[in-house]
Amino acid sequence: MTSGYAIAAVLVVALGTILVGTYGLRVSRTTSDFYVASRTVSPWWNASAIGGEYLSAASFVGIAGLIFAYGPDMLWFPVGYTAGYLVLLTMVAAPLRRSGAYTLPDFAEARFRSRVVRGVASVLALAIGWLYLLPQLEGAGLTLNTVTGAPDWVGPLVVTVVVTVNVMSGGMRSITFVQAFQYWLKLTAITVPIVFLIVVWQVQGAQSLTKPDYPAFPHDTEVRFHNPTTIHAETSIFIQGTGEIDGLRIENSGLVLTDGYHRIGQGSLFTFPEGAAVPHVSTMAHNTNETWAQPASSGEHFPLYGVYSLIIATFLGTMGLPHVIVRFYTNPNGTAARRTTLIVLGLLSVFYLMPPLYGALGRLYTPELLMTGQTDAVVLVLPTRMIDGIGGQLLGALVAGGAFAAFLSTSSGLVVSLAGVLSQDVLRLGGVRGFRISTVLAGVVPLAMTFVSTGMPVADMVGLAFAVAASSLCPLLMLGIWSTRTTTIGAIAGMLAGGVPALTAGLVTMFADIGDSWYGVLLSRPAAWTVPLGFTVMYVVSLLTQRHVPPGVQRTMVKLHAPENLGLDGSGPASADERS
Amino acid sequence: MVVTSPRTRAPRARRPYSGTREINEQSELGAVYMRTLIRAQRRLGLSVCLVVCGSLGVLPVLFTIEPDLGKAEVFGLGLPWFLLCVATFPMLLLAGWFYVRQAERSEREFAELVERP
Repeated sequence: MTSGYAIAAVLVVALGTILVGTYGLRVSRTTSDFYVASRTVSPWWNASAIGGEYLSAASFVGIAGLIFAYGPDMLWFPVGYTAGYLVLLTMVAAPLRRSGAYTLPDFAEARFRSRVVRGVASVLALAIGWLYLLPQLEGAGLTLNTVTGAPDWVGPLVVTVVVTVNVMSGGMRSITFVQAFQYWLKLTAITVPIVFLIVVWQVQGAQSLTKPDYPAFPHDTEVRFHNPTTIHAETSIFIQGTGEIDGLRIENSGLVLTDGYHRIGQGSLFTFPEGAAVPHVSTMAHNTNETWAQPASSGEHFPLYGVYSLIIATFLGTMGLPHVIVRFYTNPNGTAARRTTLIVLGLLSVFYLMPPLYGALGRLYTPELLMTGQTDAVVLVLPTRMIDGIGGQLLGALVAGGAFAAFLSTSSGLVVSLAGVLSQDVLRLGGVRGFRISTVLAGVVPLAMTFVSTGMPVADMVGLAFAVAASSLCPLLMLGIWSTRTTTIGAIAGMLAGGVPALTAGLVTMFADIGDSWYGVLLSRPAAWTVPLGFTVMYVVSLLTQRHVPPGVQRTMVKLHAPENLGLDGSGPASADERS
Repeated sequence: MVVTSPRTRAPRARRPYSGTREINEQSELGAVYMRTLIRAQRRLGLSVCLVVCGSLGVLPVLFTIEPDLGKAEVFGLGLPWFLLCVATFPMLLLAGWFYVRQAERSEREFAELVERP
């Protein structure tokens, strides 16, 4: 669907982001400006910025794609992404702000007074951040590939360059404005098209979304296979075109595709007839639209385990994401932090009503994506497919612009927070120069990683980042904030016991092909076993090492929990003279 | 009246200390104040979380042991779709709003307690 309008939209978003960023450059002068926007951001601005930063490639394109392919089990992604903020609100928002920490490592040090705890938290924050950046870049590659036909590496490169330059020049103050603007842009870009699409669907007779038939081609459809693909045809279909099927070369002629599995060669171009049942990628379950709409239709081994693991990862992982935590520092106090989080809950709730609609309509109008496996593209392709002419192209351009905004904003937030961690804890370079060097490093590493990953759905990749956060930094925050008995050794042991297996499982899923083995789901959805492991180890080891309770823990607790305006400082003990 | 010799030897009456000072000076009483606040906030946070996560968390099991539930319809939407796409979000917001209200209330009560002279 190469479209001039879509290219223009992507360019406008990229340039707009840079312009707003440069405007911020003139405002931000000191190092403190650079890092935390000098804490002068109102809850609405801040909440919009959090929303803008949080709604990533996974939210904008990934969720719709997964729902489109795997059915209602995937609805737990939007629910979990939102519920994560409720858990964050109730368990960490105010204390985290009151701790005065700018990054998670800062919190670790403020609470445990230990460089080692801080170091471990830094390494984990970096790993989570990079794991989360990777799918943003892959999503950008997919978007540019879909709207312009550019090779897959162009999108990641464009995003990395725009984000790095922007963050280096503006720091966080500009980012707050950029992010707040991005939330509203994204909401518009996903809402306006779906309203039109629903109207079109209604006008065309509101075809049932859950008929007991396989998804069928709405009209003769020409499909290009960019990658070698194994597909499963439900019925025999007569197809025409050029390419390779099961090792057999076909030049511009017809062929009956019998039911069963077939290997289609790279670059094949076939036309599928109107009304034929759509073959699907071999890794998907054989679902009619009716069975697809039922729970546990994804065809995974152990679907119940998969769902619960997803729930645990998303509910608990949000609080451990490095770019989310940074935002809380820009609130003036703990009460404002809570109110901001509540507004965020509202903003996310509105946004997440939309992606499932795209996923469901995709079953009717873009079913061929089930066959090419590019299910993440459903949001991008749907407008031009459902509405002919310039209207569809403009709506398609809007969606493409919004998607690009999603990649840019999440990546910016991540790069800012990772640069903070890198400059303070790894490179130990202070000042604006250190921050700039770290920014480049924070952006380049995931760019390099895009060349070796295996191209799984972006929302699944993001799910892995959530799983690592939920198994390592979540126990650190929860037990650190609410239990005075947590010790330095317990904190380190717990973070490692939860984080290392989750990270290993994530890397294995991303970079190795584990195929259809029974233990696949244990690796691709590790949270259900790594999160309890992290919590248990942290708590039990703490109980066993009670002599290592960090000094001054009572003072720290006062700082974390007491309202700021009471004049309760967390400073050293008063001398005996003052008392008498 | 002329005071020829002010009473300096006798101990001054011990002023009661405010809770703020008790906490800042880390007295036993101050620790009790803080423990009470932390416990109240922890109980509130955990209860809100448990109610919300618990009510969401039973859904997958329900749908598994009673597959017919997945086929039921509400307002023309499949029940799982209705619950997860539509009903969840207002519930999360309501829970969040309730939590913020209660948390701010318990902080106000704490403030009144410790600032009492």
